[in-house]
Amino acid sequence: MTRPVERTGIFQLAGEARGQALVYSQPLSFWGGIDAETGDITDHSHPGLGQNVAGKILVMPSGRGSSSSSSVLAEAIRRGTAPTGILLERPDPILAVGAIVAEFLYDIRMPLVVCDISNLVSGDQIDIGIGKDGGPIVRVHPAINPAEPRRQ
Amino acid sequence: MTLELTAQDRAMLDGEQGPSAAAAMKILVAFSNAVGAGCLLDIAGAHIDGCLYHGKAGLDFVERLVEGGGRVQVPTTLNVGSFDLIHPGMVKMPLAEEVPARRLMKAHLELGCQATFTCAPYQTRFRPSFGQQIAWGESNAIVFANSVIGARTNRYGDFIDLCCAMTGRAPAWGLHLSENRRGRILFELDVPDGELSDSLFVGVGLIIGQASGDRVPVIAGLPRPRDEDQLKALGAAAATTGAVALFHAVGITPEAMTLDEAFQGHAPDETIRITRADIGHALARLSSVPDGAPLAAVSLGTPHFSHEEWMRLLPLLREAAPERRIPIYVNTGRATLARLQEEGALVGMEAFGLIPVADTCTYVTSILERLDGVVMTNSGKWAHYAPGNIGVSVAFAEMEDCIRSAAVGHVVRSAS
Repeated sequence: MTRPVERTGIFQLAGEARGQALVYSQPLSFWGGIDAETGDITDHSHPGLGQNVAGKILVMPSGRGSSSSSSVLAEAIRRGTAPTGILLERPDPILAVGAIVAEFLYDIRMPLVVCDISNLVSGDQIDIGIGKDGGPIVRVHPAINPAEPRRQ
Repeated sequence: MTLELTAQDRAMLDGEQGPSAAAAMKILVAFSNAVGAGCLLDIAGAHIDGCLYHGKAGLDFVERLVEGGGRVQVPTTLNVGSFDLIHPGMVKMPLAEEVPARRLMKAHLELGCQATFTCAPYQTRFRPSFGQQIAWGESNAIVFANSVIGARTNRYGDFIDLCCAMTGRAPAWGLHLSENRRGRILFELDVPDGELSDSLFVGVGLIIGQASGDRVPVIAGLPRPRDEDQLKALGAAAATTGAVALFHAVGITPEAMTLDEAFQGHAPDETIRITRADIGHALARLSSVPDGAPLAAVSLGTPHFSHEEWMRLLPLLREAAPERRIPIYVNTGRATLARLQEEGALVGMEAFGLIPVADTCTYVTSILERLDGVVMTNSGKWAHYAPGNIGVSVAFAEMEDCIRSAAVGHVVRSAS
């Protein structure tokens, strides 16, 4: 099986980041779903319950839920408990606002990228860079023995 | 869709009106791109849900706008905060939280927002009119403005409501546009003629909130409400169990004089029948205690009690004359409270246990003296959120039953 190691997309907030992928097929609401003090996932209805997003590249189809997620994301970025970057399949206004506000206030850029997220699994090493045209370049170094099968 | 900015929008983005307006416009542009808006539109007013302290980032944002010399560009009201500034000492909070929470409310005033501190800005002199474009936060206010008044707002929140106020602009998308205001799902209400209890409206709200998803609900067969407070209760409940930002009630709300108008000539995607039994089930889920349970307090006024609601409550208090041992908290806007005080309407009422609460709400901050007992409320929204927020047990009932129960000290409900 081959797959592209590089993919492009759209920046909702531009920036560079590197980290281990944390991949969910279900969207996660930051408000009521993540503890901004620790980065722990606290949503009991989410498969990621108990895992921690800090320093990871969070990969999910979309955002979800209340607009209060903007505040929680901004607060998590401030505290250093947020993901270092987020990849989404569909743009999300609420997460975009949280990331932009955090950049505005604290000069911390947590890139938010809309791109193809198929075939990514938790544990892949992901590198988000800025291409010549200003758009994102997402490089994936696959985990050799992923804990779960790859989704097409 | 690509976002097209006017020359004025671009000038603001480039800092011609100062760094705060530029920052607000930058955030608004990013948000507009994310929702796929084609352009921005002028707004006539804003309502900001930013005064509840949830952490440093929220306060830092407002402080930065204040430092940059920012001012709101349109009349802007404020939602509840963490404090009752009218009744000092009512809210109990550790000092480390109190200082930033108070500052958050004050910082918004420094941006030129109005000190309304109410979740019912539609009860103030800033009430919008039919067809006006506005940018409002606070779920019950949003659904009221769209549905009962026919003003136009999306569900705005965190930061973005303030960015709209600071720029006087909002993305032209969603419920700002006529075509997106058409009904999608029909609820046919089948209830006995003549039933007009407040809880009927709460029950309908709970059901449509749960079943509508992101579709605009249309209610057919809703009894003509006694007043707009019954529609307020319906909308607040629908925005509690779901994400309803607009409902139409055929023959009642301004964009739904007929079924055809509500659906803008289209057919509903789905039709759901609501019976009296369905409403009974939905309401029963709001109460976690049986009749007869000892009562710790009564909480009314979520969303904030209107003047008309006070005029219904005060005779009930005089009639039932509860003793002081059960506190009866009533959340209300400071403007409503001032009017009541001018009228002398509240004189002697504290003897019945009445405790008016302004600027905040009993389920978002620590006001209640006792959290170990049962609290009775006539609010579907309060009944839904209070157990999770402040850990109380709730009995939902009509306002009359809440007051009768306060008089006897335990939960009493008429057959419903």
